[in-house]
This record gives sequence, structure tokens and C-alpha cells, in this order.
Amino acid sequence: MSALLKTGSLKMRIIWAVVLIMMCLAPLISTEFRLSLLAKFLALAILAIGLDLIWGYGGVLSLGHGVFFGLGGYAMAMYLKLQASGTTLPDFMGWSGLSGLPWFWEPFRSFPVALLLGIALPALLAFALGWFTFRNRITGVYFTILTQALVLITVTLFVGKQEWTGGTNGITGYNSIFGFTLHSAGTTIVLYYITLAVLVIAYVLCRRMVNSRFGQVLEAARDGENRVRFLGYDPAGYKTLAFAFSGALAGIAGMLFVLQVGIISPSMMGIVPSIEMVLWVALGGRGTLIGAVIGAVVLNAAKTGISEAYPEGWLFVIGGLFVTVVLFMPNGIVGVYRHVVRLLKRRGESAHVQVTREKPKVY
Amino acid sequence: MDMFVLQMFNGLSISSILLLIALGLAVTFGLMNVINMAHGELIMIGAYATYVTQNLFMSYAPAAWFGAYFVVALPIAFIVAALIGWLLEVVLIRHLYGRPLDSLLATWGVGMMLQQLARTIFGAPNVGVSSPAWLNGGLAISDGIIFPYKRIFIIALVAVVLLCMYLYIYRTSSGRRMRAVMQNRSMAGCLGISTRRVDGMTFAIGSGIAGIAGCALTLIGPIGPSLGTYYIVDAFMVVVLGGVGKLVGTVCGALGIGMFNTLFETYTSASIGKVLVFVCIVAFLQWKPRGLVAMRTRSLD
Repeated sequence: MSALLKTGSLKMRIIWAVVLIMMCLAPLISTEFRLSLLAKFLALAILAIGLDLIWGYGGVLSLGHGVFFGLGGYAMAMYLKLQASGTTLPDFMGWSGLSGLPWFWEPFRSFPVALLLGIALPALLAFALGWFTFRNRITGVYFTILTQALVLITVTLFVGKQEWTGGTNGITGYNSIFGFTLHSAGTTIVLYYITLAVLVIAYVLCRRMVNSRFGQVLEAARDGENRVRFLGYDPAGYKTLAFAFSGALAGIAGMLFVLQVGIISPSMMGIVPSIEMVLWVALGGRGTLIGAVIGAVVLNAAKTGISEAYPEGWLFVIGGLFVTVVLFMPNGIVGVYRHVVRLLKRRGESAHVQVTREKPKVY
Repeated sequence: MDMFVLQMFNGLSISSILLLIALGLAVTFGLMNVINMAHGELIMIGAYATYVTQNLFMSYAPAAWFGAYFVVALPIAFIVAALIGWLLEVVLIRHLYGRPLDSLLATWGVGMMLQQLARTIFGAPNVGVSSPAWLNGGLAISDGIIFPYKRIFIIALVAVVLLCMYLYIYRTSSGRRMRAVMQNRSMAGCLGISTRRVDGMTFAIGSGIAGIAGCALTLIGPIGPSLGTYYIVDAFMVVVLGGVGKLVGTVCGALGIGMFNTLFETYTSASIGKVLVFVCIVAFLQWKPRGLVAMRTRSLD
């Protein structure tokens, strides 16, 4: 918290403090349903921050974050399911003809282990993929296509291994944690505060990271990988670490998401959700961190609103957004805001100064 | 033995479909470095063009002519998809050269809108295309082995498309210009080639092949708005594995993935088979990061 307030000018600090206080007061004024929605969006914002770290700062576009999100979600869901089933086998295993609990389900009986695995599994998977690709200088679009294939095979695997994962239905049928009902008013508020706290911590951590030497090398590798290599750094190591950290954040987001909505299924980690996650960052403004949060919240709120009113319209809207953002707002909402601020400032200083447009970053 | 022959044929059949889809991608990705995620939707357009042609034949042509509709549908699918692809290039892709990741996002958006458009026009449920009578049945090699005519037809179709592509790229002046632009855009421009026109042309051809792929897919199963998305990722893997810029790489990539996929799926399960193929591809890229057949270049970044 203090690190957050330390950054930027006094004005920015005041704005930050006001926003945070408002977020903390949200449970007092909003209904339980809206609060739970907001908490869901904030959980997704955690993932967006991680995605922005690797894309905006590392220049590596991952379409595979749905997988990391899903792994975290499944870890939490497995714990909850085991708690809900007690000593009996989870119901879908019985339907698929399994007689005993698979060995890899055992660790998920304990909450700390499930929590740890929900972070470690996606981080390790991301680390492995990054290790094998970045080291060989497989970058750019090649890496993006590989991540997309990762999503495809993970979804196929989770659907195919129905007796272990619940198949297309995913893991459902649990509604309490530590004896508290997930959808009660009290739990909703507590979960909201936990999500908010995790989001703030994730933001501060990432902000620290990008301001550090680590972040600077990462950015340098984005802009000129060979030059960084010639200077004696190993860009692959930096990218792999950033990707693994980003995967871990996605896992945390998945765990919190499951607690909010009470279900995880392969359709939440598929190709379409994965690429939608990228749009959150792109719309908010990549390479700004806060843009990722704004994008995730704004787009998910819009999705909830629009798909309720016109279910068919949403695909047109999101498709149009992809095109518009790429063509006209390469730096997203934050980019537009900064542009306007700069424009106003220049106008204030001198009406004659020609305003040069911010050059869009090219990856 | 029968089992083995049948599997080889299945593998070949899958490879041919992958190849047909990846060919169009290889053209656009290899030449222009544009990731066209709307390629799947161009396939869908080709499939729906076939569907519309079939319905037109049913309503207006004498019943005896019905068998011929598929032959007519092939060029129609090519032309419709090529026109839409050309339009896409002029309106959108043109502004995104040199930004492959941005082109990926923008074309994905276009793909989504096209899908929704198809859903609005033709309805969300799948529609069936009845294949012409002369493609029903199969070629009996021995008692246990029957090769369906449809699959043989697709393999032959792919061979013809491949031959045409080869002749076009390596034997015509237009194809030579295309290769020149691919190898060194600015130099080609200096020598008087209108790179702008070549880009548009190339994209149209790549899209047209997607249309043919869509037409071929109607023989295999029902078609729906999300037809293309099933194949698109696999097709991109073919391009990555094969290497960018040479036809032979794409052919090898498609054969490799198709054959291994069939092999692994026979001895394990469908889902594990896919995982194994992916692991093999990543392992292979450790050895040859630029794919099987890559264009030699001395450029650095």
C-alpha cells in the first residue's frame, strides 16, 4: 500500500488514495449481487496485470493465459469438491466408473497445498514453455501460435479425461468453504476484500518489478532483443521468469474466480476466453499496468451489460473493438487519456506549438 | 496389416485436409508476415458458398444436373472467398503490415464478426450439404480395406491445388514477382514491382484456397458458423513446423502432423494423442527453431 502511494506526484497519490477508499467502501453501498460481480471483475484484473507484464513490457503475446487461469481454477475447485464430497468419491468420478480417487487428487485435500499448487502449477507450466521456446529464440508470432496450441490441447485433454476433470461440465456442485456458504452476504464481502487486497498486492509487485532493473531489461529485450544480447544479458531468462510470474498471477486469478462463481469448466480456459483476455489489456492500454485493470473491469462490465440486453450483439461489439483498438488506439484508454492530457497542457502553454502524435509502439 | 494400411490412409486423409487449410495460411503468413486469424472464417465462407450453390441447383436446375453442383461450387467458393479476402486486405490488413501481432488481433475481430454474420444469415444450427452421388461409396482394395471416394477426391483435389500453386509461384511472372516481394520487399519495390498490388493479389489467392478448403470440408460433415475455428490452430502448427516461405515445408509439416496424429491417437487416446503431437512439435523446434524448411536469410531482427 505504501509503495503504491509513493509512486507519482502528489496529485496522483491523492487520486490513488481516493480510488482505494472508494473501493473499500463499495460493500456499503452496492447490492450483494453487484458486489460479487465487481469482485469477479477484480479477480480477472489480476490476470490482466500479469498479461500486461509479459505483453506490454516483455513484448511477448500469450494467447495461453486461459490455461494458467484454468489450472488455478481447477486447483481450487478440486479442493472445494473434495470438501463437499467428504469421504465419498466426487460425483462425476462415480458416473465415469472410477472406483478410487486418482493419486494426483490426494494433495488437494489440504487447503494450503491446493493453494500452493494453484499458483505453482501454472507458473511451472509457463516456465517450461518459456524455457523451451525463448532459449531457442522462438519469439513473436511463433510463440503466440504455440501458446494457442497449448490452449487447444489442454482443453482437449480436460474434456477427454472426463473421469478426472468432469469433462465439459467441469467441476461443479460445491458451495461452501471452511463451513461458510459461498453465496452468503458475509462471505461475498470477505471474498471481495480478499480479492481487492490481492489485486493491490499484485499491482504493487508488478509496478516494483517494471521499475526495477529486471523490468528495464525486459523492456529493452522487447525493443531490441539482439542488442540486449550483445550487451551481455540473457533475454530468454528474463522473459521466462516474467512469463512464469504472469502464469502464477493467472493461477491466483483463477482460484479467486472459482470462489466467486462456484464453477470451473474447460470453456472458461478455451481459445476464445484466452484471446478476450488479451483484449482487456489492449483496450486498457498495454505497457501501463493500470490500463490492464481498467480494461478488464470495463470490458467485463460491458460484456455483462451488453450480452444481457442483446446476446447476439456482443460478438459484433467485441470483434469491432479488436479492429478499432488495433487501428486507432494502439495504446488503449490510458494512451488516449495521456494524449488528451498532453494536448491540453500544450495548448495551455502555447497555442502555436505543433502537437506531435505519440508514435505507436511497434512490436 | 489391413489395420495399418487403413491407418496410413486415414493419416494421409487428415494430412491432406490440414495441407489444404495450411496452404492458404502459408501464402499469407509466409509472404506478408500477416497472421490471418479470419482464415477459418474464409473457410466457413467457402463452405456456405457451396451450400448456397447446392440450394440453387436444387431449386432451379433439372434434377439430373444435381450431381454437377459440386464441380460448379469449387470455383464459386474460390472466387467468393478470394473477393472477401481481397476486400479485407484493402480495408484492414494494408494498415497492419510489419505488425504481425496486431494483425492477429484485428483479423480475430473480423473473424468474430463474420461468424456472427453467418449466424444471422444462415442461423446458428449446422446445415448439411448432401454430397453428389458419384462421390458416395468407396474403392475396395481388399475385403477389409475400403477407401471412401470422398477422401480420395479430397486428396486428389489437394494435389491439384498444390500443383497449381507450384506452377503459379515458380513458373509464372506474377509468381516470380510474389517471390521477389517475399524475399526483399524494398528491393522488389525499387525494381518496379507494385508491392501493393502483389500484396492484394497474394492475400486474395490465400483466401481463395481457404474457400476451396471450405468446399472440401462440406464432404466430410455438416457445416456451421464455427466450422473454421476447429482447424485453424492445427493449420498454424503446420506452418510453424514446416517453416515459412517454401511450399515443400508446408507439405512436410502437414504430412508430419497428420500422420503422427493418427499414429498417436491409435495407440493412446484422442486427447493424449494431441498432447503428444504438441510435445513433439515443441521438441522438434528445439532442434530447428525456424521450422523444417526455412528461407535462408542473414537478417538479424
